[in-house]
Amino acid sequence: MNDLLSIDDLGASGINELLDLSESFVEVTRRDIPKIPALRGKTVVTLFYEDSTRTRLSFETAAKRLTADTMSFTAASSSVGKGESLLDTVRTIEAMGVDAMVVRHRCAGAPHRIASWVDAAVVNAGDGRHEHPTQALLDLLTLRRHLGTDAFSGLRIGIVGDVRHSRVARSGVKAFDAVGADVTVVGPPTLLPESLEGWPARASTDLDDVLPELDVVYVLRIQRERLGAALLPSLREYTSRYGLTAARAARLKPDTVVMHAGPMNRGVEIAAEVADSPASIITEQVANGVAVRMAVLWSLLGSGGLVA
Amino acid sequence: MPDRPDEFVIKGGRVVDATGDRVADVLVQGGVVAAVARRVEGAPVLDAAGCMVVPGLVDLHAHLREPGDEEAETIETGARAAALGGFTAVVAMPNTEPPLDDAAVVASVLAAGREAVCDVASSGCITKGRRGEELAPMGELYALGVRIFTDDGACVGEAGVMRRALEYAGAFPGAVVAQHAEDPSLAGGGHMHEGTWSSRLGIPGRPEAAEATVVARDVMLAELTGTPVHFLHLSTAAAVDLVRDAKDRDVPVTAEVAPHHFTLTDAECRTFDPAFKVHPPLRTDADVAAVKAGLADGTIDAIATDHAPHVPEAKERPFEEAPPGMLGLETAFALTLTELVEPGVLALPDALACLSWQPAVIAGLDGHGGPIEPGRPANLCVVDPAVRWEVDPSRLASRSRNTPYAGRKLTGRVRHTVLRGEPVVVDGIAQR
Repeated sequence: MNDLLSIDDLGASGINELLDLSESFVEVTRRDIPKIPALRGKTVVTLFYEDSTRTRLSFETAAKRLTADTMSFTAASSSVGKGESLLDTVRTIEAMGVDAMVVRHRCAGAPHRIASWVDAAVVNAGDGRHEHPTQALLDLLTLRRHLGTDAFSGLRIGIVGDVRHSRVARSGVKAFDAVGADVTVVGPPTLLPESLEGWPARASTDLDDVLPELDVVYVLRIQRERLGAALLPSLREYTSRYGLTAARAARLKPDTVVMHAGPMNRGVEIAAEVADSPASIITEQVANGVAVRMAVLWSLLGSGGLVA
Repeated sequence: MPDRPDEFVIKGGRVVDATGDRVADVLVQGGVVAAVARRVEGAPVLDAAGCMVVPGLVDLHAHLREPGDEEAETIETGARAAALGGFTAVVAMPNTEPPLDDAAVVASVLAAGREAVCDVASSGCITKGRRGEELAPMGELYALGVRIFTDDGACVGEAGVMRRALEYAGAFPGAVVAQHAEDPSLAGGGHMHEGTWSSRLGIPGRPEAAEATVVARDVMLAELTGTPVHFLHLSTAAAVDLVRDAKDRDVPVTAEVAPHHFTLTDAECRTFDPAFKVHPPLRTDADVAAVKAGLADGTIDAIATDHAPHVPEAKERPFEEAPPGMLGLETAFALTLTELVEPGVLALPDALACLSWQPAVIAGLDGHGGPIEPGRPANLCVVDPAVRWEVDPSRLASRSRNTPYAGRKLTGRVRHTVLRGEPVVVDGIAQR
């Protein structure tokens, strides 16, 4: 196992080992000097073809806390479009001597293509609508730290919103299922996948019907461009049917937690008071991101392979 | 075998054409078939022992990329790939740069084709710039010999424009309007078949209905105008059914399928390798079965390659950013034999009908596809139907390498190709 491209690469045992490792890195991140020499001499490049300051900073922070050297490459896909091919770009970067490439791309499968061309370890930091495996891992870590190690089995998780266009959902469904949770994807038919064949999840178009039984409500971001593509009539209608409003939050079980991968549209898919309520573990998600990415980088570069 | 002999005999083969099947030698003299007899002696020999001698294949659908993208293919190299694949005539598709919507451009393609090792017929655009708005000068192109009008690569999306194009083409005997049937408003932005795999992979899809709705509409427009419509590269069960129904009602429609649509499915896209990206996209097992059924019952008239070369850099991209298209000329005959004839989906004569004489009729290519009999132009293909070979992209004659069949083992390989009496391929080697 040389790369982390998909949750499929891990399996339940691989996920659990990475989560255990992440726990130890959470401890590191809380030290006065949150830095260990585990990857001294290694070079990690973040190769971002799509803007994402948060994810890039999270990976770069993780690499620095492991004492790896970091490089950063950002390019708008469009400007690369006609010129240098992806292959030429990554071969050039690899020639500089890098041990890992953390790839974000607007196209599904771009990290898989890169992994087939280079010897360096490739980490998928989000590829189009396909996957975002470290997001799923940090979500699992956050849930496990919040609910306890044995909480996953039978845990009812609802992923609500734009599942069709969401890499967070595609990785999340697989990861939650792998650890034993029971996943339902919820949204209007235009934002659910055209086919759910092979998905380890149930589907519903009625949030109010599903809501009372959920242990976790995972809210996905809604993008305005969905309106122009005739996928939604209006954000107001979306909020009225699928938004996690204060009224809906009041119908949740007392210990149900609320998650969101960010950035949030407060007042659209989630009400501000819900995002900031005690039920919300959204801030913990962000904090755990660095530890999870440290675990991934250390597994790939430090121990000679992912613990899978 | 002397260079370009004026007289030679294709010896020891089994002659198969639209009239039947017999073991015979074929004497070629001065560019035409001079004799077909049990034994012909006294002329230089082109050995065909153990082989079939068939009319040269005719491809209704080849992207030769000239003018405009000569890095990917030229008329010369595309024709060589065609000849090696057993074709003696191909129809060049119009999505060149500039496109084939202008008499001077079409004339340049035809001129280059006359120097090539395969006859090159030019298609002509239906609309200016393939934009689906104003009619291209169909009369001027027809006068140059264009018989197939298409905006291929683009669908004529507006029903009203398609209707006017069909009406206007009604003035040109033998002309056919060929549609790339994918509704742009349904398929636009999609990169693979919409279904199980696209949903899993997060790749935007092109739904089956994008093809079927256009086919349904254009069947009605063919009925309304009486002008023949040819459906290019059909890929879905629904479209095959619509064409079958239309033919039952004697609506003037014909249809082709490409080898990749009876060989590969959308599951190939799971590796994100753009070698498997094509429009219309690879479909499901059920669609593959329907395409085969359509070939078997005669609903489908032709097997066409949709040969679409791209330089390597174009495919060294993420799936969604790579252009659609795959090579086809050098593998079409072998795929037909391997996937259709060997498993018994299609009898050999029916397969040859789809590869040779039926497309020749659609394209109005009188010198191709006819019976192998004295007086006919000697456009012939000699194929060894038993030989097993493995597709090696580096050994293809095309300028490009984007075959989805790398490493695949196929049965049947073209041994010789004869173009108007000239052996342009001998023992699998192009002679010029």
